[in-house]
Amino acid sequence: MSTHEPIGGRLFTKPFALLLVLVAVALVLMAQRFMGGLGAVANINDGYPWGIWVTVDVVVGTAFGCGGFAMALLVYILNKGEYHPLMRPALLAGLFGYTLGGMAVIVDLGRWWQVYNIFLPWHAQPNSVMFEVALCVAAYIVVLWIEFSPAFFEKFQAEGLKKTVKGFMFLVIALGVLLPTMHQSSLGTMLVILGHQLSPLWQTPLLPLLFLISALGMGYAIVVFEAVLASLAFKRPLETDILARLSGVMYGVILAYLALRFGDLILRGALGVMFQGGAKGIMFAIENLLFVAAALVLASPTARRTPRNLFLGALAMLLAGTVYRIDGYLVGYETGGGWTYFPSVPELLVTLGIFALEVVLYLIFVKKLPVLHRLHKA
Amino acid sequence: MSINRRDFLRAAVSAPALALAGAGEAEAMRAPKPVPPDAVGMLYDSTLCIGCKACVAACREANDLSPVMEPGQEGWNEKTWDSPLDLSAKTFNIIKTYQHGTMAAKDREQNGFAFMKRHCLHCADPSCVSACPVSAMRKDPKTGIVSYDANACIGCRYCVYSCPFGIPRFDYSSPTGKIGKCEFCRHLQADGKTPACCHVCPTGASLFGLVVDLKAEAQRRLALKAGDAYDFPRGNLSGGRSFGKGKGLGDGQRQDHREGGPDAGDAPKQRRLRERAHLDESALDGGHKPHQSPHPGRIAPYQPHLYGDKELGGTQVMYLSGVPFEKLELPTKVPEQGYAALSEGIQHTLYKGMIAPILFLGGLAALAFRNTRKHGDEEGER
Ligand code: SF4
Ligand code: SF4
Ligand code: SF4
Repeated sequence: MSTHEPIGGRLFTKPFALLLVLVAVALVLMAQRFMGGLGAVANINDGYPWGIWVTVDVVVGTAFGCGGFAMALLVYILNKGEYHPLMRPALLAGLFGYTLGGMAVIVDLGRWWQVYNIFLPWHAQPNSVMFEVALCVAAYIVVLWIEFSPAFFEKFQAEGLKKTVKGFMFLVIALGVLLPTMHQSSLGTMLVILGHQLSPLWQTPLLPLLFLISALGMGYAIVVFEAVLASLAFKRPLETDILARLSGVMYGVILAYLALRFGDLILRGALGVMFQGGAKGIMFAIENLLFVAAALVLASPTARRTPRNLFLGALAMLLAGTVYRIDGYLVGYETGGGWTYFPSVPELLVTLGIFALEVVLYLIFVKKLPVLHRLHKA
Repeated sequence: MSINRRDFLRAAVSAPALALAGAGEAEAMRAPKPVPPDAVGMLYDSTLCIGCKACVAACREANDLSPVMEPGQEGWNEKTWDSPLDLSAKTFNIIKTYQHGTMAAKDREQNGFAFMKRHCLHCADPSCVSACPVSAMRKDPKTGIVSYDANACIGCRYCVYSCPFGIPRFDYSSPTGKIGKCEFCRHLQADGKTPACCHVCPTGASLFGLVVDLKAEAQRRLALKAGDAYDFPRGNLSGGRSFGKGKGLGDGQRQDHREGGPDAGDAPKQRRLRERAHLDESALDGGHKPHQSPHPGRIAPYQPHLYGDKELGGTQVMYLSGVPFEKLELPTKVPEQGYAALSEGIQHTLYKGMIAPILFLGGLAALAFRNTRKHGDEEGER
């Protein structure tokens, strides 16, 4: 007997239709990109060869997908079984964050029809950080689907299959912690090779650690964020106790991040660069104020019990991690030669469409599949 | 289970953190990769360049690239002028100008101007090769030429993003766009020919040769006084000989004036050395075309540095200049190792040849096994 159930209800609502329109617009623009080249839709250029499709769709998108990873770490590795009810929705968000992030990569690849070369041993380039990220992310997408598969088996009453998968689930869970640990940190290592092209406000050998810790923070934040929104949207009672405790964990993660981030900046003597003016200094300030804001909102155990603070804290954390990634990949980057980049409207619409698709899929899944925890008093 | 969760987690979390934070950059770095001993290269002497752009045209021809007309040039350019403003997927080599104030004198920083030739530097420890996930960027172990293979490339543009010199370019205007960059005319070199730009350069500003020879040549120029007469070699420093596939020179065959070295302060001695070298070469050359005659000129007031000798682990294309190098779009405050040495070092410190992740996985699996069993029914479905 499952402890999860589909919440049911009408699928086709007005907001749902709006989301579908956004998805359709993105699809049309993607078709344009495939026919006319990347430049037909995106503003990227040789000074900023990576725009928001890489930075937001993939780097931020997969960090948003870290809910499953962060919760698995807590529930199965740190043995905090009390968080188990949050496990499935967290996995679901991860499932879409990663699957769509992986698909968005194809839109961005200039020579996408050769992408399988990554998996051919004679093309392998194990020194490439991107090679490692690509393999890890691909493997993790498979892991996520397996981790989530019991929900399907329950829906279609395939008890036999469910039992089989359950037999080796501990291994899948272990992979589900190892792989994101590897590639979320490597998404930071990716920037090390930029050298002087990345401002000292972001360039540090600690990039992998900072990316990993902030991804964990974003993972917990997305779980809290989603839980609050789901309770509002589906008029379910808020699981305040458990969310308050989870926010405590998140608070600890943010403090660890800030200690490391500023310890490193001070040791490297890079903090002063912030005052050299320009977009870099401003964005650096915004990024870290968001981290501090998230910490402040969640600082006291009583504050963590109010839905408003839970929501604001999670939101601030998600924004902080997002801005950190955009800063590291775009704002802090300068290759010389006076290049500029700002995403075009169609480029933004593609990114928006991908996020809309994530929400669409989330709605279909929670309404039709046993994802959310069964309410004790239904 | 005998595994102690606390200890395992503490080790798992602190090991990489310590490896990175505690050890510091120096220890995380992998050993730098040196320039291969028989590497070919180019010496670009900005003070010799007259900005004729014969090299740009020759590059187009050699690489089968059609002329480029930038948007906005339609008014004066009836598609007859090749007028690129920058490197691109369709321009592998470009001459740029540094300009200041009245531009009264060449190779002078104040109120002066200078030329700069931009293309791939064929780094000793190239970022593009380290970045590329599919080995589309490769460095030839013998010649050191950094080549590109469009059939392997997935178009991720990490090479564009990571190159510290801003060299590789992608074609955003095509649905099947490729990366474009100088591959040092490796197709010509394979046929025993000199790279097109060096072959046509009328002044010897672009000079082809073995990296060791070019370095010696550069040091000779730097050791002379401004105004001294000097015969600047042109084309291929080693005469008509090539270093293409299987045709590289053995150590003993290298130009002997290399040993003449920078000690020689006087021009006549230089000339004698050179003449002897050329004689030796024609003897060795056999059936090859005779080398181009030298270009007699005068030593300019150089910046006392050969750019590319040490920068970012060394580059096979090196620069001499009269104006400071940062005025020529070359990054100057850079370490003496390529950035790939640190990035690969960090990656390998964390992964220790995949042993660390496998141990970590074992620990995680043990904990997950125990914890999924223990929770009973609530966890039953997992
Ligand atoms: S200059 Fe750039 S493209 Fe050329 S070898 Fe070095 S890193 Fe690669
Ligand atoms: S764009 Fe092509 S050559 Fe450049 S890093 Fe990506 S796969 Fe390699
Ligand atoms: S051919 Fe030689 S002189 Fe002419 S622009 Fe090129 S490098 Fe300068």
